[in-house]
Amino acid sequence: MSLGKEDIEKIAHLARLGINDADVPGYVRNLSDILGLVEQMSAVETSGVTPMAHPLDARQRLRADEVTEINQREQLQANAPQVEAGLFLVPQVIE
Amino acid sequence: MNWEVVIGLEIHAQLATKSKIFSGASTAYGAEPNTQACAVDLGLPGVLPVLNKEAVRMAARFGLAIGANVARRSVFARKNYFYPDLPKGYQISQMALPIVEAGRLEIELEDGSSKIIGITRAHLEEDAGKSMHGDFHGMTGVDLNRAGTPLLEIVSEPDMRSAKEAVAYMKKIHSLVQYLEICDGNMQEGSFRCDANVSVRPVGQEEYGTRAELKNINSFRFVEKAIDIEVERQIDLIEAGGKVVQETRLYDSDKNETRSMRSKEEANDYRYFPDPDLLPVVIEESFLTEVKSTLPELPDEKRQRFVQELFLSNYDAGVLTASRELADYFELVTEVAGGEAKLAANWVAGDLMGALNKAGQEIAESPVSAEMLGGMIKRIQDNTISGKIAKEVFDAMWQGEGDADTVIAARGLKQITDTSAIEPIIDNIIANNPGQVEQYRSGKDKLFGFFVGQVMKATQGKANPQQVNELLRQKLSG
Repeated sequence: MSLGKEDIEKIAHLARLGINDADVPGYVRNLSDILGLVEQMSAVETSGVTPMAHPLDARQRLRADEVTEINQREQLQANAPQVEAGLFLVPQVIE
Repeated sequence: MNWEVVIGLEIHAQLATKSKIFSGASTAYGAEPNTQACAVDLGLPGVLPVLNKEAVRMAARFGLAIGANVARRSVFARKNYFYPDLPKGYQISQMALPIVEAGRLEIELEDGSSKIIGITRAHLEEDAGKSMHGDFHGMTGVDLNRAGTPLLEIVSEPDMRSAKEAVAYMKKIHSLVQYLEICDGNMQEGSFRCDANVSVRPVGQEEYGTRAELKNINSFRFVEKAIDIEVERQIDLIEAGGKVVQETRLYDSDKNETRSMRSKEEANDYRYFPDPDLLPVVIEESFLTEVKSTLPELPDEKRQRFVQELFLSNYDAGVLTASRELADYFELVTEVAGGEAKLAANWVAGDLMGALNKAGQEIAESPVSAEMLGGMIKRIQDNTISGKIAKEVFDAMWQGEGDADTVIAARGLKQITDTSAIEPIIDNIIANNPGQVEQYRSGKDKLFGFFVGQVMKATQGKANPQQVNELLRQKLSG
């Protein structure tokens, strides 16, 4: 499977990555090569094998429903660029 | 052309856990912004989600209640999109392997018929935070207290054929999750939200039309109005030669219209993949058995019991089981009233609900408690008061004058059941109304009511009606 220029642009947009047009052919080549490598798997007979959801053959541990966290807003907001009235401020989003 | 409406609903029910689905932060509503958003909820680097057992149990309760398959193995996936109220850049949800699959629910329609609605799946996921577009110097404020609150997303089959059916289904789910005590159902606080997938097709056509998704319609009334207006839009569009586009639309209740949310469109590529931070959730048979043993009596079972054991009408039973709070209230009234179910049903479904509706109050806010109403019914039953006087007692209790016995004593409403007290009153009336007595005796039976009225007037309605009837008949015939 090989990717086209539009695929790269779409992926970059979905991931909110700014890329230079000049770099696109390189990305097309590299990502297509990776897919080509993975494609070798298609040759393996996997019918009858249940797909794994995780590389570890283990099950999810469950937590008791207890409130264990305390309010640490001050410390947690110390890194935020802008804060007001307890809220994180971000560039305006309008629906 | 005749059109058929096709509707499927996606309902988000916030699960009533104490802590979040993947962290130990509190889920309590109404806290100061960001005081209940911990490092996990904020998506800080290096944190790991740990699944809340209670959320799993609640999802299983729901699955069992709708006769669904509760998956022995389910898997969490990442749903990727960017929005400021979603700090990780993805929402942890379930995609290919949800925890609940293939259930069903019976809804009752206005004409008394019923219909089975299929429930495709219900999956666990985390809620996002809240964005506030207030006065923040042109910026958006973000409160992440809600981020990580457990949600059960309940997805129906496209089985509904009118807005009314959609509302009936939504109400039934709303009632069920409260019966199960897995969601508080508070729609004002956003604990119970609904999206509707709506399409139309010519009657008789097999394949579905293109659907629009109506987002976040948060009251039963708005669901009905939003669907109706969207159906109208789609039919007008097609009949004018246009085509419905698959898109997300927002219902504006002020203008009563739906409008496109174009911004959501390109973001629709969510690139789901299994979340490597979470292992598959395995549910043991023993866990399910235990959950099953703690299931409460469900609305349909309760209704059946009210009909079969308490001899209520199907209609009354339906009204009284519509919510668990109301059903509990009614059962307590009946118990206090010494098992007078029919009378209790009449008072709860009649006077009480009438008064609540008029005051715009919920059953939990009723100034007349179940004990008070049951106590009053007991006084009707033991002939302390008549049914008519009971209305006065009820109003007084509603106004806060105390319980039935207090009101009866304070207002002197105790029924006169002493024959020797009623007799002289009747004799007096007969003596003072010779003309009417004459007419009655010559065959004008209707006048009987006149005499009853006179006795009641003279006793301020406190004479026992049966005794008055009996004594009057005796004396008038004599």
